Amino acid sequence: MALLEVTQLHAAYGQTRVLHGISFAMEAGTITTLLGANGAGKTTTLRALCAMVKTQGEIRFAGERIDGRATEDIVRLGIAHVPDGRGTFVNLSTEENLRLGAYTRKDREAVEADLERIYGYFPRLKERRAQQAGTLSGGEQQMLAVSRGLMLRPQLMLLDEPSFGLAPLVVRELFAILRAVNERERVSLLLVEQNAALALELADHAYLIETGRVVLSGTADEIKRNDAVRSSYLGY
Amino acid sequence: MEAFLHQVLAGLATGGIYASVALALVMIYQATHHLNFAQGEMAMFSTYIAWSLISAGLPYWAAFALTVVFAFILGVVIERVVIRPVENAPVLAVVVVFIALLVILNSVTGWIYTYTIKTFPSPFPAQPLFGNKYVSSHELGAIGVTLAVLLLLYGFFRYTPLGLAMRAAAQNPDSSRLVGIRVGWMLALGWGLAAAIGSVAGMMVAPIVYLDPNMMGGILLYAFAAALVGGIDNPGGAVFGGFLVGVLENVLGAFVIGNELKLAVALVLIIGVLVVRPSGFFGKVYVTRV
Repeated sequence: MALLEVTQLHAAYGQTRVLHGISFAMEAGTITTLLGANGAGKTTTLRALCAMVKTQGEIRFAGERIDGRATEDIVRLGIAHVPDGRGTFVNLSTEENLRLGAYTRKDREAVEADLERIYGYFPRLKERRAQQAGTLSGGEQQMLAVSRGLMLRPQLMLLDEPSFGLAPLVVRELFAILRAVNERERVSLLLVEQNAALALELADHAYLIETGRVVLSGTADEIKRNDAVRSSYLGY
Repeated sequence: MEAFLHQVLAGLATGGIYASVALALVMIYQATHHLNFAQGEMAMFSTYIAWSLISAGLPYWAAFALTVVFAFILGVVIERVVIRPVENAPVLAVVVVFIALLVILNSVTGWIYTYTIKTFPSPFPAQPLFGNKYVSSHELGAIGVTLAVLLLLYGFFRYTPLGLAMRAAAQNPDSSRLVGIRVGWMLALGWGLAAAIGSVAGMMVAPIVYLDPNMMGGILLYAFAAALVGGIDNPGGAVFGGFLVGVLENVLGAFVIGNELKLAVALVLIIGVLVVRPSGFFGKVYVTRV
């Protein structure tokens, strides 16, 4: 059974329809990426999964229908969304941001352990634990956003352009940690990226989205070798 | 000198009450960017409930506790029933709702309890504490109660997960939903807390100004001045502003402009702050690109 199964998903912002019946699925423990140009509907797809935009169509998570539920309830099923723009609580401290990630969890001791584990992944966040999160650099805030997601101990993590605006070195560091999280903690990742080369390196499966529809899908290797993708998205 | 010291201490006592109401205003402002004009009347109504309980023979502190709980529930219910439906309405519509709430609470209280002025008991002894001649027991007690409320609130927001979630929900509702915080309920909780703080202020001020349906009118004005002086989005600033306004009002009223013009102090402060420094002493200055 697929961990996430999306069938004929439509979404609109007011009168503007953005998704025109997207369908895709992903297995537990895998990394799947949604590729596409600006405005293709990648971010909207992630927002639709968390009920942050009005949708039609079917979304199943671990076999259960989740479309029509409130964002807060979807989060409680173990879906962490690392949003576009990082969603930092700018007036709160770094550590308060992380603790909010674990807001729905009742296992206090495990939360403390997870906090230390995350400081292990991102020592920079530990140095800045008491600092106001709004004063962190862009890269640090991205790490904070991913970490806040991890504090939920999610089954599935939705990542919206985690590489956006980051220096190449920081991106490499971040992606190495994402891989580690996936391999060690069996967190499934659904990754939206404009940087197709980067995303295909990390992912097992990929879907190519154009104007609100899936136009191509396959394993990351197949997609990488596809001539149209190579010329349009990978640039070689 | 003695008279001056007396005025300052009395100012601190009423200042604590302004500070509490200002804090209630700021809490709701931070979460919704609206000023709750009915904050004073909610406090007044709760104080009448306390009066009923005390008249029914309950000991003062039992009535006090029950009233705080009642006010909390009143705040939550008002948010759920009255404010929620206009959540996304234009500012003016919300302002009208607040004013309607003010008028409704005021006239309902008048209808139930009549407009006759009533005395409200103080829980503190009539003789000054420690034989001092500067400050009455009630004034000293009111300062103590105010400080206790402020400390409790500070602890709640600073050190509890629920307090953290409420701060988060006020700042960034979208991100809050994404970590599973029920933002709508946090707002209702904020209203409940604000109403509870207001009820304490009402019970502390009622022995000084006497109980009548219009008792909070002037106090709300001072609280607005306090919140503005401190910066409308800064809880600490509101508290500071409250004490400052209390002392200023008393000292100026006693020695400079006379008691009749006391309320003008609040109005002058409001206008002065808005003209000179709209963000208050501690408020954030927002710059918007257009």
